[in-house]
Amino acid sequence: MFDPKIIRNDFPLLKRYIHGRPIVYLDSAATSLKPECVLQRMDSYYREYSANIHRGIYHLSEEATTRYEEARERVGNFIHANSSKEVIFVRNATEGINMIATSFGNEYIYEGDGITTLISEHHANFVPWQQLAKRKNARFYVLPVNKKGEFDQTLLSKYITQSTKVFAFAAISNVLGIIHDVSSIVHRVKKISPQCLVIVDAAQAIGHIPVDVHAWGADVVVFSGHKMFGPTGIGVVWARYALLERMSPYQYGGDMIREVRVDHISFADPPQKFEAGTPAIAEAIGLGAAVDYINALGLSSIRLHEQQIIAYAMEQMKNIDGIHLYGPETIESRGAVLAFSIDGVHPHDIAQILSDDNICIRAGHHCAMPLHTHLGISATARISCSVFTTEEDIDQCVASLNKAVSLLR
Amino acid sequence: MDIYREIILDHYKHPRNFGHLDEYDVKIDDKNVACGDAISMELRIVQDRVIDIRFSGQGCVISQASASLLTEHVMGWSVSDIMSLSKDDVLVLLGIDLTPSRVKCAMLPLEVLQKAVVVYANR
Repeated sequence: MFDPKIIRNDFPLLKRYIHGRPIVYLDSAATSLKPECVLQRMDSYYREYSANIHRGIYHLSEEATTRYEEARERVGNFIHANSSKEVIFVRNATEGINMIATSFGNEYIYEGDGITTLISEHHANFVPWQQLAKRKNARFYVLPVNKKGEFDQTLLSKYITQSTKVFAFAAISNVLGIIHDVSSIVHRVKKISPQCLVIVDAAQAIGHIPVDVHAWGADVVVFSGHKMFGPTGIGVVWARYALLERMSPYQYGGDMIREVRVDHISFADPPQKFEAGTPAIAEAIGLGAAVDYINALGLSSIRLHEQQIIAYAMEQMKNIDGIHLYGPETIESRGAVLAFSIDGVHPHDIAQILSDDNICIRAGHHCAMPLHTHLGISATARISCSVFTTEEDIDQCVASLNKAVSLLR
Repeated sequence: MDIYREIILDHYKHPRNFGHLDEYDVKIDDKNVACGDAISMELRIVQDRVIDIRFSGQGCVISQASASLLTEHVMGWSVSDIMSLSKDDVLVLLGIDLTPSRVKCAMLPLEVLQKAVVVYANR
């Protein structure tokens, strides 16, 4: 039985009180809270076997290497990769996208090539492509979306042509919360331009809906660990092995070479080729624990709960005087994210007044300025839910929102 | 700490010196792109003294109340006195403790005001 009130006990932070009151955390889309099991597994690395990986012959180092590579296996299985060799550990989704834009982009994008993304993208999946286009004199196209986050599928053939080399989009928008039909979009794009590299930003999808790189059919999928109950400082790039072989390294240094001479170098095979230097070992191991935690709860149960709680939130919030809800109206196509604005009340004031009641929400442009400009709004407020979110959390949020409205109008 | 205390809300809901001047010597507008706060100020300056100000704009309570309080405070001041105003002076005017992210909201009106007198003085 999936009970958020029991699941809450897994998260030490939720036991904390500020000004004598418990915390209502509604900002999991920014970063998720960490369950005890993740903290423990990272702690045991530092306490029991904190040696460097891939080099020591001694027992501790072998143990650290084994645990690190086990984490890679867990992540690979979780996203249905053909092999864990396709899983590269990076710092976060942002670094993952920059890695592809640099390693693939610098080598394989030429003047006049097309690069396409959506207006609703997070800056992390917008700016690297915009800048790549600028560096290479390539053409940068941005597909518009409506207030629900949908784009007109017939526009694809206008924004994707045979010369399109890159199409990058998020599986779930971090503002509008829309869940895109990834496999169908990938299929359409590949039909128009078979050579087009399709990159999916799964930062808001991972741990909320199934991420199946095989079924999606994309070439690259990136996500951060810290949005899926893992620590900060660890993220994942999954890419087809043949692509990883074709791409040059992103950074150079130790651990990513096979042989170095003064006048010659040969690089290690992927994934080592893309993991120069000592990686975030404890964080990778912590991410492995996060995968175990999600698997234990069950992705389908998580999804069902998040659908129910976001539906409850939409139902309760729609009655607030002057509120506008953004994103899809149907919960089937919405993730655990809900952006809104209230007439006459600036989002910063909303967040501040809620903060006085220990309710954590996000306000601003959520690193999606092109989207806000496109929709003609300067900023929005956003709640986002997780496995521990209860109806009481939403009730407190709504009460506080009503308080903000009566105070400021 | 109560950011939304009575005097702040009063200046937000009933801003002083809000609107436009029929005639002004300098006009500057600026915004805090991170959150969309926008402030525009029109100044009438005679013999190096600011004899009238109006501001317009939109944004959060802090930015708008700060503009209202500040324009009221500096009416009749000299250009050099306005230039000597500091961040702390504005925080004293507001009379509230602000977290770093909200200090930016509070400072926008001062930035616009000082930019305006600099532009005027450099003419």
